[in-house]
Amino acid sequence: MSAAITFEEAIKRLEEIVKELEGGEIEIEKALTIFEEGTRLAKICAKKLATIEKRVEILKKGEKGEDVLELFQGIEEG
Amino acid sequence: MDMERVIFSVSEITKRIKHLLEETFPDIWVRGEISNLRTASSGHIYFTLKDEGAVIKAVLFRGYQRAIPFEPEDGMNVIVHGNIDVFDKRGEYQIIVDLMEPEGIGALQLAFEQLKEKLHKEGLFDEAHKKNIPAFPDTIGIVTSPTGAALRDILNIVDRRYRGIRVIIYPVLVQGEGAAEEIAEAIRKANQRREVDVLIVARGGGSIEDLWPFNEEMVARAIYDSHIPIISAVGHEIDFTISDFVADLRAPTPSAAAELVVKNKIELLRWSRELIIRLYNSLDRMLVSRREKAALYSTELLVRRMTQLLQQKSQILDDLERNLSVQMEALLIKIRGRFEKAVGQLNALSPLNTLARGFAVISRLPENWPVFSVQDVSERDEIKAKLKDGLLFSTIYRIEKAQPDGDGDT
Repeated sequence: MSAAITFEEAIKRLEEIVKELEGGEIEIEKALTIFEEGTRLAKICAKKLATIEKRVEILKKGEKGEDVLELFQGIEEG
Repeated sequence: MDMERVIFSVSEITKRIKHLLEETFPDIWVRGEISNLRTASSGHIYFTLKDEGAVIKAVLFRGYQRAIPFEPEDGMNVIVHGNIDVFDKRGEYQIIVDLMEPEGIGALQLAFEQLKEKLHKEGLFDEAHKKNIPAFPDTIGIVTSPTGAALRDILNIVDRRYRGIRVIIYPVLVQGEGAAEEIAEAIRKANQRREVDVLIVARGGGSIEDLWPFNEEMVARAIYDSHIPIISAVGHEIDFTISDFVADLRAPTPSAAAELVVKNKIELLRWSRELIIRLYNSLDRMLVSRREKAALYSTELLVRRMTQLLQQKSQILDDLERNLSVQMEALLIKIRGRFEKAVGQLNALSPLNTLARGFAVISRLPENWPVFSVQDVSERDEIKAKLKDGLLFSTIYRIEKAQPDGDGDT
């Protein structure tokens, strides 16, 4: 998990914001603040979704016995 | 008659008895009920085996306990294997047990029930402890064999669903000696590395022996201690393991586990788009209602700011829609690829291929009805013959029906 917000967190928060704004029982200043947050999240979601590449890695032992992530080359048939 | 008396010392007679018993019963199976079981501080287990008529002392040394998956208990009916041993210092004999099987139920089945009961009592299966599985993880960890069917099934789902997702495989043995240790260690390591949002612990189908590592206590505890939510996907739908009970979620199969966390990307794009539209619409509505009430507030600035914000709407949606169309296009290309492959396969079966071998496809004009039999046409009908490199149009001037074979002479 990176420090950056995950897609999961972004879309969950966006859902909350939309619900809150649609509820209408909200101070206009607050509404604007969370709206702006919502647009930021929307951009994050769109950006995350733009990543088409998937990436499959495998945790292996390096030369000194340390853990290293390598790109996974596919399943050896056998 | 003189009786010659043979007098043994205690040691000598004991030695003879020892020799006799140990030589005669080096390799025996005994059925009985366990009673007076106690575990010594040395770890050896002492008990007696009894039936209606007799009892025999027995010991299960610590070193042999590994071979017995379940916990022997008083009252349990068992069959033991071992040899008779005479303990000369006490003038006692006992059976030294090296194997034990429960009666009427498999040893593994019994071990499973015992561990399930124990962990249940300890609260390892409590719903309250279970973590939510993230619906849209960015990174998925898989604890499984790097060469197994389970991994292949999961990666197939990931492939099919397009999400730009990161997958990290923590390779382990999934059966046999040392497998449980590796699985537990991989779960701990994933927790230390903190790089995945959810873990799938997976294995394809197999016998109860094959699935056994997922019934071991150390795996159960590693799952319980994990801070990362864990989906257990072991064996087929009908197989239940201890891992399934401890995990935050049980998936019936590895594919099903993947389907739970790898959402279809196009669905995600649609959902994001809907949320963004709703976001802007909500502000739109608010703006309208504030304008109506403008007299009540000094809202001019707010209204200006809202209007500005709303102007961004089209841009974000454009981005998303461009992305959606790229995705759709990718999907179309993939579908087209599949379609073309299917057409290729169809071609191999097609009559058009037989044309290449010198046959023709005949149809009657003008309807283009296929002609299979001389009865499908009459004289003066126009027909079309399709050959591999073109068409022939002709008119029938004579019809000759073939004579059925072997129907004439005797």
